[in-house]
Amino acid sequence: MSSTVALPSRMEGSQPKRASRGGRAWARFRRRGLAMFGLFAIAFLALAVLIGPALIPFDQLHIDIRNRFQPPPLAGHLFGTDQLGRDLLVRLLMAGRISLTIGFMAMAVSTIIGALVGVTAGYFGGLVGSVLMRIVDAVLCFPSIFLLLALAAFIRPNIITITLIIAATSWMEVARVVQSQIRALRHRDFILAAEMMGASNAHVMLRELLPNAAGPIIVAATLTIARAILMEAYVSFLGYGIQAPAASWGNMLNNAQQYLGSAPWLAIFPGLTITLAVVSFNFVGDGLRDALDARMDLV
Amino acid sequence: MAHYLLSRLAQSLVLLALVSVIAFAVLHLAPGGPLSQFALVPGMTQEQLAHISHEMGLDRSLPVQYWEWVSRLLVGDWGHSYRDNQPVLAIIVGRLPATFELMLTAIAIAILLGISIGVLGAVRRGSVFDSLATVGAMVALSIPTFWFGLVVIYLFSLKLGWLPAGSRSTVGDESFGDYLHHLIAPAIVLALVEVAIWSRYMRGAMLDVISQDFVRTARAKGLTERAVMLRHAFRNALLPMIELGGLELPTLLGGALVTETVFTWPGMGRLFLDSLGYRDYPVVMGILMVSAVLVLLGSLMADLLSAAADPRIRLH
Repeated sequence: MSSTVALPSRMEGSQPKRASRGGRAWARFRRRGLAMFGLFAIAFLALAVLIGPALIPFDQLHIDIRNRFQPPPLAGHLFGTDQLGRDLLVRLLMAGRISLTIGFMAMAVSTIIGALVGVTAGYFGGLVGSVLMRIVDAVLCFPSIFLLLALAAFIRPNIITITLIIAATSWMEVARVVQSQIRALRHRDFILAAEMMGASNAHVMLRELLPNAAGPIIVAATLTIARAILMEAYVSFLGYGIQAPAASWGNMLNNAQQYLGSAPWLAIFPGLTITLAVVSFNFVGDGLRDALDARMDLV
Repeated sequence: MAHYLLSRLAQSLVLLALVSVIAFAVLHLAPGGPLSQFALVPGMTQEQLAHISHEMGLDRSLPVQYWEWVSRLLVGDWGHSYRDNQPVLAIIVGRLPATFELMLTAIAIAILLGISIGVLGAVRRGSVFDSLATVGAMVALSIPTFWFGLVVIYLFSLKLGWLPAGSRSTVGDESFGDYLHHLIAPAIVLALVEVAIWSRYMRGAMLDVISQDFVRTARAKGLTERAVMLRHAFRNALLPMIELGGLELPTLLGGALVTETVFTWPGMGRLFLDSLGYRDYPVVMGILMVSAVLVLLGSLMADLLSAAADPRIRLH
């Protein structure tokens, strides 16, 4: 489709060769201030949680009773200390490792589940397709926090199990997106050609159809990271997620709740960090939605 | 319309059946299952556990157990709470008014504020207001509800002392004004995300309508911009909002759970968390079912309402 638009300019020979699709998408992405802000904030957070703890002269579990509840930025503690005199900044960064890891892993697992369900439902259609999509609808009937808590309450919470249950309640959006994409592509010529050449169902689904739905999947996956970070925070805040003494952004807030009046910084910093992380992934996802929209290539 | 109504009802029933299977599976396939609460009791022997398991029917096959549970559910026998042996349905229904009070107030705030912001943003597309509203909505969607609740409590209860920090009323003073006073903070906290979503949706719907031919016609026949926007564009852009009301119920219920926890609000969400703590299976399963049924009913009602308001939907 894009060739018909590019044709006149090529005939004139005045315009240089058009950039690749990825290049054009990046050019569109770069123009979006919020998306770029999100990208830099994510890079900053990732760097901070990776190397930050090594630069701070306190250990996240080091208890220092004489320096309890130090408001920031006293006694060398930039973000203050908690009820045990532990440095808040280093705990925040260590918690970030856990929260961001869960966010990324839950995104990966739920995107794989969602893509497989979506491509199967979209490719086979008929009874298989409608049964799968009705299951998607049924899971979506439950407010996800209810389902998440019900699952979390009966398992031993650790990074892996929390990741899996967040993925178990986050795959439906991807499944819907993929299914509608696949249904639109299902009867296009290149799929019929592949089928006529004797390609297996699996080959057509995974090698021909899925790559053509990559754009929407990437967008949905990015937004899923934001959602997963938020979900981890909710479950841990409510006491069923990552358990002390390990810190996650959610359980730091759980702990901060009881000292809200006397040590508000314990609540303020983790909350701001969660908001920054989540809003950044949302900005990036939104920017990607515009950048990867194939229709924009025609403009 | 009758045909649409019937097919939509049939769809909902299929979903309801699937929902019940999921709710059942979540709790019965979990490690330990309903028996785990008794296994924790000190001095419990294997024989006693086996006896309890038999009493509760847990030694039968899962399909049989499921069928028993569903058929009782249908006649209103939702079992008894493990905690105080009260009937589950009565416990849950007793908590619903508080939850509904909170949700309806939040949704009213969301509709009023969200729709106004959305319309203004669409009419003045690209203005400073529009950009601020866009960024603001995105930030609002990213703030954890419980943290926003903590911030509100810190500022308005602890520092300024304007609003109570929690619960639905003051003991001994159950006047209307007192209820209202307690409602303000949690309702605002719950409404935040909804305001953001409604404003984004309304802006999008408004922009869709503005680009349509009948709006151009209205302008061409010389109507004022105000009349075009309010009488023609706005009224048509409201149609998709009916559907949004149904779509938003899961988010609203989930938000209510968190808000109720932060503000010690005696609703269904807090009951859910308390019951999880006690491993009170019948209540947990009951609330899972009630929330899913509410979501189903909400989307059914939203669809029927939009079909009633817009003949184009019925013909599909």
